[in-house]
Amino acid sequence: MRPTQKMNLFQSVTSALDNTLASDPTAVIFGEDVAFGGVFRCTVGLRDKYGKDRVFNTPLCEQGIVGFGIGAAVAGATAIAEIQFADYIYPAFDQIVNEAAKYRYRSGNLFDCGNLTIRAPWGCVGHGSLYHSQSPEAFFAHCPGIKVVIPRSPVQAKGLLLACIADQNPCIFFEPKILYRAAVEQVPVEPYTIPLSQAEILQEGSDVTLVAWGTQIHVMREVANMAQEKLGVSCELIDLQTILPWDTETVCKSVVKTGRLLISHEAPITGGFAAEISSTVQEECFLNLEAPISRVCGYDTPFPHIFEPFYIPDKWKCFEAIKKMINY
Amino acid sequence: RNRTLDRCRQQPFDSTLEKPQFPGASADFVDQLDFIQPNVISGIPVYRVMDRQGNIINPSQDPQLSKETVLNFYQKMTLLNTMDRILYESQRQGRISFYMTNYGEEGTHIGSAAALDPNDIVFGQYREAGVLMYRGFPLDLFMAQCYANADDLGKGRQMPVHYGSKDLNFVTISSPLATQIPQAAGAAYALKRENMNRAVICYFGEGAASEGDAHAGFNFSATLECPLIFFCRNNGYAISTPTNEQYRGDGIAARGPGYGMLSIRVDGNDVFAVYNATKEARRRAVAENQPFLIEAMTYRIGHHSTSDDSSAYRSVDEVNYWDKQDHPISRLRHYMTTRGWWSEDDERSWRKQSRKTVMEAFERAEKRLKPNVELMFTDVYQEMTPGLNKQRESMWRHVQQYKEHYPLDLYDK
Repeated sequence: MRPTQKMNLFQSVTSALDNTLASDPTAVIFGEDVAFGGVFRCTVGLRDKYGKDRVFNTPLCEQGIVGFGIGAAVAGATAIAEIQFADYIYPAFDQIVNEAAKYRYRSGNLFDCGNLTIRAPWGCVGHGSLYHSQSPEAFFAHCPGIKVVIPRSPVQAKGLLLACIADQNPCIFFEPKILYRAAVEQVPVEPYTIPLSQAEILQEGSDVTLVAWGTQIHVMREVANMAQEKLGVSCELIDLQTILPWDTETVCKSVVKTGRLLISHEAPITGGFAAEISSTVQEECFLNLEAPISRVCGYDTPFPHIFEPFYIPDKWKCFEAIKKMINY
Repeated sequence: RNRTLDRCRQQPFDSTLEKPQFPGASADFVDQLDFIQPNVISGIPVYRVMDRQGNIINPSQDPQLSKETVLNFYQKMTLLNTMDRILYESQRQGRISFYMTNYGEEGTHIGSAAALDPNDIVFGQYREAGVLMYRGFPLDLFMAQCYANADDLGKGRQMPVHYGSKDLNFVTISSPLATQIPQAAGAAYALKRENMNRAVICYFGEGAASEGDAHAGFNFSATLECPLIFFCRNNGYAISTPTNEQYRGDGIAARGPGYGMLSIRVDGNDVFAVYNATKEARRRAVAENQPFLIEAMTYRIGHHSTSDDSSAYRSVDEVNYWDKQDHPISRLRHYMTTRGWWSEDDERSWRKQSRKTVMEAFERAEKRLKPNVELMFTDVYQEMTPGLNKQRESMWRHVQQYKEHYPLDLYDK
């Protein structure tokens, strides 16, 4: 029985980073404001413990942060870059898509930046509005060569982050900011990894497959309970965890069994990652489908401020979608 | 290895002093309204060792390299020139898909490469083939990359001139401009922590210096105290865009002080000036953990690439001036002939020999098969993924079924 400690999500991230700095002398953590502990406190205490050459602030420049991280990784360091909000990752898009993702392929495996991990707070937080609420995973899902990972809880966060750091491919790790303080679990103190590209079945069921990631898993858990109580419908809940490369096998196997699929994410519906899942599942499981695949997502608007309660794919929208699928 | 400059530290605030207390700058007050004039008429001077004819101006600046070293400089510059002529021509004949020559900039490559340690990491843009040649990259591998044949270290994945060599510490070239600049800062930071006396050099053109990534790289390298040389090849053009449409300030060297970076402008067609500046920058960059900016003024004698015809935007007279009156190869040749180190016979036989070796490598490369099509699917990630495996199998099934429509015979099995 490994020793655990009560940690919230930001503390589980700190724990993963602490483990990494302790065991890997090449590991460095950098980004805006990480030195004093970070705007979400993910790096509290690390600079004092490991030194200012290992945990340091960079100038305010995302393209620089990621470019710098790529170079450090290419030179052999374990580079952990923090982008302050996923909403601000776009200046680094060229470095991520054109450089990090393609480094190994274009060089014939002479060079790579597999030691690079990029972390960014992600998702809605109640009042974040356009620029503190975004879920940009779909932009990166279209980019062969990187991995995109999103945890739902502190235990998952630490294990998946350590897996990303260990993984020899550049990884983007999105951390649901609304869960930083709200999600609390007993988290193992020692390092451990959770496999990437393996979806997790949280609850088995027979009538409907529910697929989500991050914060939305908790919404779907409630939806599954509502469906059971009010409709007598048994839901199988899957946490995708890794968006790219995603575990098509687990999802398709589930839909073959249930015949119905609901995918839900906060990001806007058009071109959102649910579209990729839906497309693949209908190719692989067409004859097993009892109803069209349902996507309950954000509307095709920028993320609004005062209208957030109407915008988000809440449990009522998901519940209604299940009802429609059952009655199709 | 500490910086001597202390201006980053905040002084305790004391409003009794008539000095500004702002954390953001360390300066005096002034009560005259004066805008600082950007010095574009008489800018940062150009350091040189030889005049345009190749005579040493100030003997104290002659690096006094051995005859063997200087001959090697000359032979590498001319071998590069020979390879450029042959490969440019091969593109015109449809043998390779694309090429970029280095005409006129050979001095910037060889002078700087010679001043580095072989373990120093090079991040380039795309017009630095002479650096790789100086380090010993064989003609066969230059050709293999341009032909994208089965010997290409890059496994045929990129357009010609996108060279790379792990053994020679030359990071593989990528097409997007200036992306290497912040990467070089990160690599230098990692090397600083390794503490093994290694530096990074980062090459880019004056056009790429306009990219945001350049600003990012300069600022990061200075604030994070990286052992790094930024080497800007200011060759007068970014494709068709002349420098007066690229910037309005005093070139790239003038930007260095804005970042807190030691900077110098050199005559890029003077291989000794390039050598001296790079050597000193490298020594100090590693000893003091700070970046240096070298702006090497030169001229792009060739077209931007085989996709460009520069007669559309500049005169033949202008190009001829640089080719005939201020060329790094001619200037070094004069230095050598003055010392009796190189004769007309040497020149003739070297030209013949270098052309022969280039042609032989060329013919070998042309005959070689292309890489196995399996290599389209590897190295996307370190490991093969189930999804890519399925796509790979699907591709082969398709190609088997429609094999007469695919040029399989050209590819390695």
